Amino acid sequence: MGWTRKDLLSMRELDASEITLLVDTAASLQEIASRDIKKVPALRGKTVVNLFYEASTRTRTSFEIAGKWLSADVINFSSGGSSTSKGESFIDTAKNIAAMSPDVVVVRHSSAGAADLLARTLPCSIVNAGDGAHEHPTQALLDLLTIREKKGHFEGLHVAIVGDIAHSRVARSDIHGMRKLGMTVTVAGPPTLIPPFVQELGAKVSYRLEEAIGDVDVIMMLRLQQERMTAGLIPSTREYARFWGLTLDKLARHARPDVLIMHPGPVNRGIELSPEVADGPYSVILDQVSRGVAVRMGVLLLLAGRKGGDGA
Amino acid sequence: MGVPPGFRVRRELMDAERLSRALARIAHQIVERRRDAEGLVLVGVRTRGVPLARRLARLVAEAGAPPPPVGALDITLYRDDLTTVAPQPVLRGTEIPGSIDGRTVVLVDDVLYTGRTVRAALDEIIDFGRPARIKLAVLIDRGHRELPIRPDYVGKNLPTSRRESVAVRLREHDGEDRVVIEEPEEA
Repeated sequence: MGWTRKDLLSMRELDASEITLLVDTAASLQEIASRDIKKVPALRGKTVVNLFYEASTRTRTSFEIAGKWLSADVINFSSGGSSTSKGESFIDTAKNIAAMSPDVVVVRHSSAGAADLLARTLPCSIVNAGDGAHEHPTQALLDLLTIREKKGHFEGLHVAIVGDIAHSRVARSDIHGMRKLGMTVTVAGPPTLIPPFVQELGAKVSYRLEEAIGDVDVIMMLRLQQERMTAGLIPSTREYARFWGLTLDKLARHARPDVLIMHPGPVNRGIELSPEVADGPYSVILDQVSRGVAVRMGVLLLLAGRKGGDGA
Repeated sequence: MGVPPGFRVRRELMDAERLSRALARIAHQIVERRRDAEGLVLVGVRTRGVPLARRLARLVAEAGAPPPPVGALDITLYRDDLTTVAPQPVLRGTEIPGSIDGRTVVLVDDVLYTGRTVRAALDEIIDFGRPARIKLAVLIDRGHRELPIRPDYVGKNLPTSRRESVAVRLREHDGEDRVVIEEPEEA
């Protein structure tokens, strides 16, 4: 059993043993964060390019730190300040970067399928760091690693994913990953933000927060993605916050005392999460961020460390 | 447990009793060199160096020295052939107990062969601090070194041919204490 894929594009394409390998690899790399010298020579001489066409704090930074801790050379590209602003197309930019022989290209783009397109076009390994509302596999992997560390296992856990499901690539990747590992997933949100056919991914649907958080081990709150929304999906952010915002009061009345509160960030404080919940004892939001570095190290290691670099 | 496919056991080198006598001898040698026994940290190289290090720690304590802390080293990230071996080895993680600055680290492994694992282990240990000295204890030294590395404590020296493989089997992993030589089955 080993890693054989050239690319990491989605949770949908992975099977349970591949997901477990990624999570296990990340878990064993976490120890590096606590060393005085946070660097191991595993990817010496490998080049990782971060190709980001969308704003990002956590994901881009953690891929950069992950690459550097593994001794890879990491180059950051962001669409502002590049030839994109001179009118170069996405695929032309990518081919030019590929001509400089990177080993891994980490790509984030607002179009679903962007990473897939690169994977079919370029010889190097591609990591999907978020493509539109499609998938964000490394976020799902770090969510899974955090859950396993806090709960000790996956099988039989019940997770509620709450909020703007329709625009969320995190929700899609999480649902795929969690279902494959034997977890139950309930998605909850206002009907306008629940995509059609979400049941086909194996998730249950609820339209009431109080009901959805009732008997779950994990509550995953999603950011209200106002920048992706067309008008009219919710009456107002104030009303959304009132019905769908998670407050200490709602937690105390409806949720289990050992529930974990997760959020992929960035948090809209006072909308989907009250500050007392975001910073409270149930919250593992910053644990997720720490695990993010380990997960991205694991992904880079498995992709760039494959025999011969590509092909094999 | 058992013989890998395509290999057969050629002969037994150590049974359980001889294996534990070899370990006891190494433990006594460590205790006799007082400089090594004080401030001692035993670090096993994964996989089978780790149970060997734990057993040595127990034997060192029984021989009258303070019980040493035991660590585990996964040298995968320091291998010189990481990107040429396929499939990649599964990571099991490194755990170093406390600070190693100024202490005597004894690396423990089951079989010393080319010396490349030890080279990787030395590089990794040094990333954790500056020990006063690093020593090497192995259960079997089978020769064929490719690097200028020699062990300080040896359970048994054993001339082998390169086509043979030496398998150390330990209770903790394999359900039995035994060292055997395996060779490829003839075609």
